[in-house]
Amino acid sequence: METKRQYEVVFIVDPTADDEVAKLTESFSQIVTDQGGTVTKAETMGKRQLAYEILHHKDGTFVLLEIEGSGREIAELERRMRVNDRVLRYITVRVDEDRRRAQKLKDRRARKAAKRPAQGSHARRGPAMDFVEAAGE
Amino acid sequence: MATNYEDRQRGGGYDSDDDGDRRPMGGRGGGRRMHRRRVCRFCIDKVDLIDFKDVRLLQNYLPERGKILPRRISGTCATHQRMLAEAIKRARNIALLPYTTD
Repeated sequence: METKRQYEVVFIVDPTADDEVAKLTESFSQIVTDQGGTVTKAETMGKRQLAYEILHHKDGTFVLLEIEGSGREIAELERRMRVNDRVLRYITVRVDEDRRRAQKLKDRRARKAAKRPAQGSHARRGPAMDFVEAAGE
Repeated sequence: MATNYEDRQRGGGYDSDDDGDRRPMGGRGGGRRMHRRRVCRFCIDKVDLIDFKDVRLLQNYLPERGKILPRRISGTCATHQRMLAEAIKRARNIALLPYTTD
């Protein structure tokens, strides 16, 4: 009945355990699937320098997971990541609401653009726009 | 008269929430005040979503000190500044961007 929620999870893996990245990603995906969610995208963003030290590490491997589900699998996933020493840090962001909003704005723009030329002159008029253009020159 | 007042207001505002050792950056360079029309970059590019993973973009709004560039200087509109601030804070959390640099 309720729409599925979408999440982006990014976690940082200990750089000294580089060979475990694939295994970790696999096991985390498994957790999500077990809880009834789906992993829509699993991507390794590669090793990069951290902006600040975390547990005396200067760099780490970033992994991005895109998850769709009810929200329960996120709780389990976060619990597992918290316990795992290899995961230096993680962040979960719910993206479906923002994406829907962005889509709505985009649709509205498309509708407006479709309506404009039908009104006659194709020049986009309006005091605000005129002002910006004049000042830009 | 009016412009003078405005100038002082801007300077004072900046100093009070800074450490006090820096003058406002915008418009203080050459002339008395640079009257440059500031427009929101994101509005021009029609950005609806600012991704916290887009480090290259976010870094433009993080001067050397690592603080979020105020919109009074960057000219970003309120909506996009909010999105930008949120994205920067998220990026800081996972060490893509620094909280401070010294």
